Amino acid sequence: MTHSLQDMRPQAAVAAKVFIQRDYTNGTVCQFQTKFPSELETRIDKQQFEETVRMLNNLYAEAEKLGSQSYIEGCLACLTAYTVFLCMETHYEKMLKKIAKYIQEQNDKIYAPRGLLLTDPIERGLRVIEVTIFEDRSLTR
Amino acid sequence: MKNCEYQQIDPRALSVSPLSVQTHTEKKEHRPRRKWEVFPGKNRFFCDGRIIIARQSGVLPLTLGLIVVTCGLFFAFDCPFLVEHLTIFIPLIGGVLFVFVVTSLLRTSFTDPGILPRATPDEAADIERQIDTSGSSTYRPPPRTKEILINQQVVKLKYCFTCKMFRPPRTSHCSLCDNCVERFDHHCPWVGNCVGKRNYRYFYSFIISLSFLTSFIFGCVITHITLRKYCTSNALNDCMLVICFFSIWSILGLSGFHTYLVASNLTTNEDIKGSWSSKRGADDSGNPYSYNSIITNCCVTLCGPMPPSLIDRRGFVPPDEAIPAASASEIELPPFTTKNDANMVG
Repeated sequence: MTHSLQDMRPQAAVAAKVFIQRDYTNGTVCQFQTKFPSELETRIDKQQFEETVRMLNNLYAEAEKLGSQSYIEGCLACLTAYTVFLCMETHYEKMLKKIAKYIQEQNDKIYAPRGLLLTDPIERGLRVIEVTIFEDRSLTR
Repeated sequence: MKNCEYQQIDPRALSVSPLSVQTHTEKKEHRPRRKWEVFPGKNRFFCDGRIIIARQSGVLPLTLGLIVVTCGLFFAFDCPFLVEHLTIFIPLIGGVLFVFVVTSLLRTSFTDPGILPRATPDEAADIERQIDTSGSSTYRPPPRTKEILINQQVVKLKYCFTCKMFRPPRTSHCSLCDNCVERFDHHCPWVGNCVGKRNYRYFYSFIISLSFLTSFIFGCVITHITLRKYCTSNALNDCMLVICFFSIWSILGLSGFHTYLVASNLTTNEDIKGSWSSKRGADDSGNPYSYNSIITNCCVTLCGPMPPSLIDRRGFVPPDEAIPAASASEIELPPFTTKNDANMVG
């Protein structure tokens, strides 16, 4: 999915990479820090960026939500000796697909025009959101 | 035509595939490799990455062997007698329990326990930079720990030198598998794998169903011997009795211990280290992850959402990641690729 951006500008050099770390104040659930990194100040609006991270946090919270759906899924899996996962997609996996689509959308609409690229956290083991900053020269052409 | 172009290409470019041009020639020279083939931890993979197991499979064959042999003897020698004298449900229950035990065991052994992939070089460099800037140069750099607040409680995160990142809370590095595992419980040699966030529920259902199975077989064998009290005792029956007797105590004990852990949302690792027990007893032994309700803790641990595997075993290694030190030659590549394009069009 990220190939399309790099195909468009094969000569864009990577100026820097910023890593948004995880926020553990609420436990081990997957949440990212919404603090705006200083390196992005010149590239993107603070509110826009925080909105993206907040939306991602909401999507991850929904994936890990402990509700009746996850319990039913868990009990069903246990009763079928966990063979149900061979044919059914888990709620978490469905949410991850949604998240991937959201990131792709954000990249296409907001970040690519500003020379930035968000990497899906799942590709970094849900540890960080990697923001690649491309050099400005290729944008001014 | 293509042979002429090879002489023009920089020999270094042969090992570096350009980001934008994915030609068929590159694919023929380098078969795209799956990520499990370049996995840095000490694990073994089967079925093209679908099955993961620790390098030292430990005693897993023995575990499987014991279970299969004991159940085999049970079905062969006790069931015919008990079906005749009691009920047909005995082998049926035994069969269901046996299937449950073996499935749980295989699931525990072959599932990724929650391995955290190692930090990419960029990430590691970023973290190093942050550590260096916060420390002073006048005294020895402080040990690599970071303190954070979780549910108003201070928790120390340690830096993992192998994986080059700060370990998330409840994560521990298993030296046998050489991986950081999330919600690390312990490395179980009987199962031949680490027990962590993703396979703890399988491990728990394995030991619970095994407790039921051994108790059931023990009970049936005792019944069999009692009903046959006028006949000479069968050597095989005695053998099964001995195996069941010794395993029952250890398995029941283990099940009880893990039930306690599940109810208080603790891991074996935390319990052994006494991470939360010696804290000032603020909220319920100071465990910041506990929901302070036994039922909620059980539901969360056993029936919570199933997190995905983070190591993506069957994904393909992207060509630019395969060669980390390619940045210098990347700049030289564009002139060559444009030349190739022109020639290929013509």
